[in-house]
Amino acid sequence: MSTNNHLDYLDELEAEAIYILREVAGQFEKPALLFSGGKDSITLVRLAEKAFRPGKFPFPLVHIDTGHNFVETIDYRDRMIERLGEKLIIGHVQDSIDEGKVVEQKGKNASRNALQTVTLLDTIAKHQFDACIGGARRDEEKARAKERIFSVRDEFGQWDPKRQRPELWNLYNGKIHKGENVRVFPISNWTELDVWNYIRREKIELPSIYFAHERDCITRNGQLMAASPFLNMDEEDIVERRNVRFRTVGDMTCTAAVESYAYHIDDIINEISKSKISERGARMDDKVSEAAMEDRKKGGYF
Amino acid sequence: MDILKFITAGSVDDGKSTLIGRLLYDSEAILADQLEALHASNRKNDDGTIDLAILTDGLKAEREQGITIDVAYKYFNTDKRKFIIADAPGHIQYTRNMVTGASNAGLAIILIDARKGVIEQTIRHSFLVSLLGIPQVVVCVNKMDMLDYNEDAYNKIVEDYKALAAKVELSNVKFIPVSALKGDNIVHTSINMPWYNGESLLSYLESVDIKVDTAASHARLPVQWVIRPQTDELHDYRGYAGRVASGSFRVNDQVTVLPSGFTSVIAKIEQLDKEPAEAITGMSVTIHLADDIDVSRGDVLVSSAQQPHVAQLIEADLCWMDTRPLDTAHTYLVQHNSKVTRCRISELLYKVNINTLEKQYDEDFKLNDIGRIVIKTADALAFDPYQSNKANGGAIIIDSRTNVTVGALMLRSAVD
Repeated sequence: MSTNNHLDYLDELEAEAIYILREVAGQFEKPALLFSGGKDSITLVRLAEKAFRPGKFPFPLVHIDTGHNFVETIDYRDRMIERLGEKLIIGHVQDSIDEGKVVEQKGKNASRNALQTVTLLDTIAKHQFDACIGGARRDEEKARAKERIFSVRDEFGQWDPKRQRPELWNLYNGKIHKGENVRVFPISNWTELDVWNYIRREKIELPSIYFAHERDCITRNGQLMAASPFLNMDEEDIVERRNVRFRTVGDMTCTAAVESYAYHIDDIINEISKSKISERGARMDDKVSEAAMEDRKKGGYF
Repeated sequence: MDILKFITAGSVDDGKSTLIGRLLYDSEAILADQLEALHASNRKNDDGTIDLAILTDGLKAEREQGITIDVAYKYFNTDKRKFIIADAPGHIQYTRNMVTGASNAGLAIILIDARKGVIEQTIRHSFLVSLLGIPQVVVCVNKMDMLDYNEDAYNKIVEDYKALAAKVELSNVKFIPVSALKGDNIVHTSINMPWYNGESLLSYLESVDIKVDTAASHARLPVQWVIRPQTDELHDYRGYAGRVASGSFRVNDQVTVLPSGFTSVIAKIEQLDKEPAEAITGMSVTIHLADDIDVSRGDVLVSSAQQPHVAQLIEADLCWMDTRPLDTAHTYLVQHNSKVTRCRISELLYKVNINTLEKQYDEDFKLNDIGRIVIKTADALAFDPYQSNKANGGAIIIDSRTNVTVGALMLRSAVD
């Protein structure tokens, strides 16, 4: 547990995240934990157990569902909720489409990823959440590197990088006006490798798509995409059986696979340690422009 | 493996971004797709090599202006340590950002341009490092390549800096001559400076002692949340959840709850399914007391043997962080660990000109001003002097009109 008289790095990261989760519980009336089914939000759930058991979580889990999920993710989510005995709220992007609030993208690269923002903001407004806990990490991307752990959003969900509050020591200021909310990122200081090492240490189960498996794929813009009914395919797309795994779990239309034979977590950690591509490099939505994330965050994205 | 958080103080002109870029690049912390973007960039050094400063470029707004506005966090690790870099801007108009970055740092790298030596900016940065109580300092004398790696020039800067360090009360200062641009003494020791026998910056960062206050007598645990399942089987369960701010707690230790002053004994320490016998600095735990006493969020559990000050009138150092100046007639909020209470700044004692270290006696306190004040709080704060216990001596001021954090307080002493 401790080397000399201070904590090992995973213990320190864990303790910091638990501290942040408890601050959310102490400072907000109606918090929520945004659960995507990905490894980062699964890690958050484990940390919430450490922060609040044997009590109940002081917040529900919220899943923004694009309807274009990997079946493995939804199966995992439902089993996890049953084991935890906690409340799950689902916001459906399909509802936002049906209500005419967003319009489905057209063309070959159509994805519902960008539409999620509207569904998220509607779900926050409907349930009057004042804090939303998310699994974003600062090592993911340049705009995230400057975001606070308590990140205030205005009533339109917008992030203004120039008006961020100074965040000193471990004092998080969660005071907000009515209509505003705070996005909270307890694992801001973790890297992708830290998350994997933690998952291994804690023996946390993950959706099977994180591990190598055979799957029908097509190659699009130089990346491997899972062939699925949600992907607009034409005769130019050649379906091939490939041995792959996914490094992030998102909407099927924008989450690229990597060729892999990593069947066990040790193999994955090995693979990432030597890997040549950052995690977000495997997401088509970030490739669009260098400032893609900054622009999306200003618009209310996670 | 443990974690070292450090801040880099300096400006773009001193080669700060290049230094961080060099650390990341030479320690092979950059992934291929980022490397690809780096090589594809049009920005190059004069000699055609890659401009490593690009690696720390952040927001679009900053790229447009070519400066760092906000604190950016960078991560890398070696086999020995995980490093978190708080990259803060160095210009005086961003003093509050540097204070923010410095508040969590265990080490500060102060960059000096070898051609310029110790200048106004060096004084300012060193003062802030001292004020924020960063326990370790590395002075990197940069751009040695532009002085032909001259030893005398380096020695002169070291002597000048030692005088400054004594003046601002900095100890544990290490000096390294470097060229971030050429890579001398950053990750690899330099062949251009055979007269320097010390380690490279990275190997120093890997081996420097991380100072943690684990003395049992400084045991402090601010209560964040009370766990009360209130189920049939856990009817009487009452656990106090929090993170050990300093010192350590053991089962059977006598503790006092402040500000109420009730005393009890630690019956059990919990971490989900584990029951450690001891909780040391930094651990998030749930504590059970032997007696059924009233404890809630905002209270702090402390070692009964050595208790912090409990006061409503406190002398403190203040850094003002808002564009609207401090208003001594206005009631603000103060947040000290899990405690939030109303407050007023009842007295302005003096301000410090952070470029010259001279005291000033103005009547106002504006953005980036730093000085000594007296704060009056509605509820008492249970605090330790910041310079002896950072974790229980720092506080922030919040403006209830805007909800923005407007000031950083380093609490010093109770006023009679």
